[in-house]
Amino acid sequence: MSERKKVLEVKDLQTTFFTDSGAIPAVDHVDFFVREGEVLGIVGESGCGKSVTSLSVMGLVPKPPGKITGGEILFQGNDLLKKSEREMRYIRGNDIAMIFQEPMTSLNPLFTIGNQMSEAILIHEKKWSKKRARARAVEMLKLVGLPRADELIDEYPHQLSGGMRQRVMIAMALVCDPKVLIADEPTTALDVTIQAQILKLMKELNTRLDTAIMLITHDLGVVAETCERVIVMYAGQVIEEASVKKIFEDPQHPYTKGLIQSVPDMRYKKDRLYSIPGNVPKPGTIKKGCKFAARCEFAFDRCLAEDPALIQTETGHQTRCFLYSEEGVTQDGPKAFVES
Amino acid sequence: MDQKPLLKVEGLKKYFPIKKGLLGRTVGHVKAVDDISFYVNKGETLGIVGESGCGKSTTGRVLMRLLEPTEGTVEFDGKELTSLSSSEMRKMRRDIQMVFQDPYASLNPRHTIGKILEEPLLVHGISDAKERKKSVIKFLEIVGLSAFHAKRYPHQFSGGQRQRIGIARALMTNPKLIIADEPVSALDVSIQAQVLNLMQDLQKEFDLTYIFIAHDLGVVRHISDRVGVMYLGKMVELAPSEQLYATPLHPYTKALLSAVPVPDPDYVKEQVMIDGDIPSPANPPSGCTFHTRCPFKMDICTKVSPQLMEHENGQSVACHLYSEQAGNDIEMKEKEMEGSL
Repeated sequence: MSERKKVLEVKDLQTTFFTDSGAIPAVDHVDFFVREGEVLGIVGESGCGKSVTSLSVMGLVPKPPGKITGGEILFQGNDLLKKSEREMRYIRGNDIAMIFQEPMTSLNPLFTIGNQMSEAILIHEKKWSKKRARARAVEMLKLVGLPRADELIDEYPHQLSGGMRQRVMIAMALVCDPKVLIADEPTTALDVTIQAQILKLMKELNTRLDTAIMLITHDLGVVAETCERVIVMYAGQVIEEASVKKIFEDPQHPYTKGLIQSVPDMRYKKDRLYSIPGNVPKPGTIKKGCKFAARCEFAFDRCLAEDPALIQTETGHQTRCFLYSEEGVTQDGPKAFVES
Repeated sequence: MDQKPLLKVEGLKKYFPIKKGLLGRTVGHVKAVDDISFYVNKGETLGIVGESGCGKSTTGRVLMRLLEPTEGTVEFDGKELTSLSSSEMRKMRRDIQMVFQDPYASLNPRHTIGKILEEPLLVHGISDAKERKKSVIKFLEIVGLSAFHAKRYPHQFSGGQRQRIGIARALMTNPKLIIADEPVSALDVSIQAQVLNLMQDLQKEFDLTYIFIAHDLGVVRHISDRVGVMYLGKMVELAPSEQLYATPLHPYTKALLSAVPVPDPDYVKEQVMIDGDIPSPANPPSGCTFHTRCPFKMDICTKVSPQLMEHENGQSVACHLYSEQAGNDIEMKEKEMEGSL
């Protein structure tokens, strides 16, 4: 497979929320990239910083209290953090678009679907007539597989079902042919049969329009079915990155391993589920050492004292864990795993 | 098993009237639960799955008589629940407890955990103050919390801990049956596994019977002995869980199972895609309610509503494809096809 160009590159991103109880690093030195036309999954549990990461890329972090305190977000080589709000407004929707979990709250209940879609088109295509914008909107609704698009365009959001609303959101996001689509838990609020429809649609559009997708989710099943490459986040940090095959076949970080093992599998019955002890830490509560050390069964002294770095363990596979640093590794693999 | 079931439900219906106009005339009914029958044996877990609006939560509530059933009978431990007076029913609830989805919404934020857990004992007049305090601490420890947590308030706990408290509260009166309505769906994956394991341990320890209502098919398979699948207020399939997942019969069950994303990128599955959305329960389709989305629709499906009937080895299905007449037709067709090949 030929290397595709990196369309979006996030380097050392830090997003901090300044609250009464102190600064909370929601995104803590995060690095990743998205290649052209690729589907990248970002997985993690609540509070791991996956949504704030995506909002940072879009320049939509609520400020105050939030602030991007460091790093770079390169879109086709240009740093988005240096852009003015005016320039960002042009980039949003045109180059990078986003869809959210709850389609009802992202659509305005007072305007028809057509109104809202035309508005988005006319902002970016200033010279277009209203008629042309409307025609484009109908075309997009057809593209996302909505039946009777000509009538639907004059309906209000409440007249549509959850699955149809999410299709409208996708149509609206793709209306300006963006290079990157950020989808933040796009199917979490939907029923499983509707989820299957939406995921299929997203994969089709990804192949057909060559739009790169950054899919943020907590559902490992969704990741396995849709993504090519995966980033696992925990407490504001990227703790593992690999191809989807590697993540499921050979997960390295103890958190990733635990997460995969704790999902009940529909295909066979496990007697007992593996469970990671303890709770997901609140962001900013762990100041020193590996953020996962307190819940990790392989933790040793160093994990509590130092912050592990994200290191490459094999081509295209990175892990933030001391078990894979030089002193933790024996000839047969990481010391702790060999011993156990 | 020849024992008498702990809970036996027959012909249960719950219709919500739709009122319109100045006089509040009833113009129709939302058939949230429409004629379902099942039983639960002592010590087993019956899972109920379905998508939103299928009536699974309403079923749970009607069993507890938190909602009054429109029709049907619920027999629990030899007693007929639907004919009890409300004070008699309140006494019954000592033996039937419920665990809810959102543990934060179901715990009073102004009460300490100690008070919340003591409440069921007070209501049912069980033991004296000293004993009650003791059992609060005992059950806190059983669900994996500590005695000092009794002095804290719900907001001081994480979601997983709150659900443990919700479970402890349900256990306080030493019930026989626990109805758990989406108990883990608000929790993160790693916490979900902890709570599921806890529920399984408690079942063994206290000889509990569960009705486990959820939309997550993986979770339901993990915990259930038998599973019922609901669609638009009806039970469309009911079977031992191994059988249901290995050989689903109803086209809806097949579609539902194939729609679940499997956490294995190499797994190639046969996908049965169904189009469209769930119809409104206020105006369900005629005949089989699934016929509008069913890939195997026949003429009879639009006219006659299929009954839940045992197909084989305890696997029941409500589908005309498995009724005798249709079964013969299908066999004929298959033979024809084989012949032509």
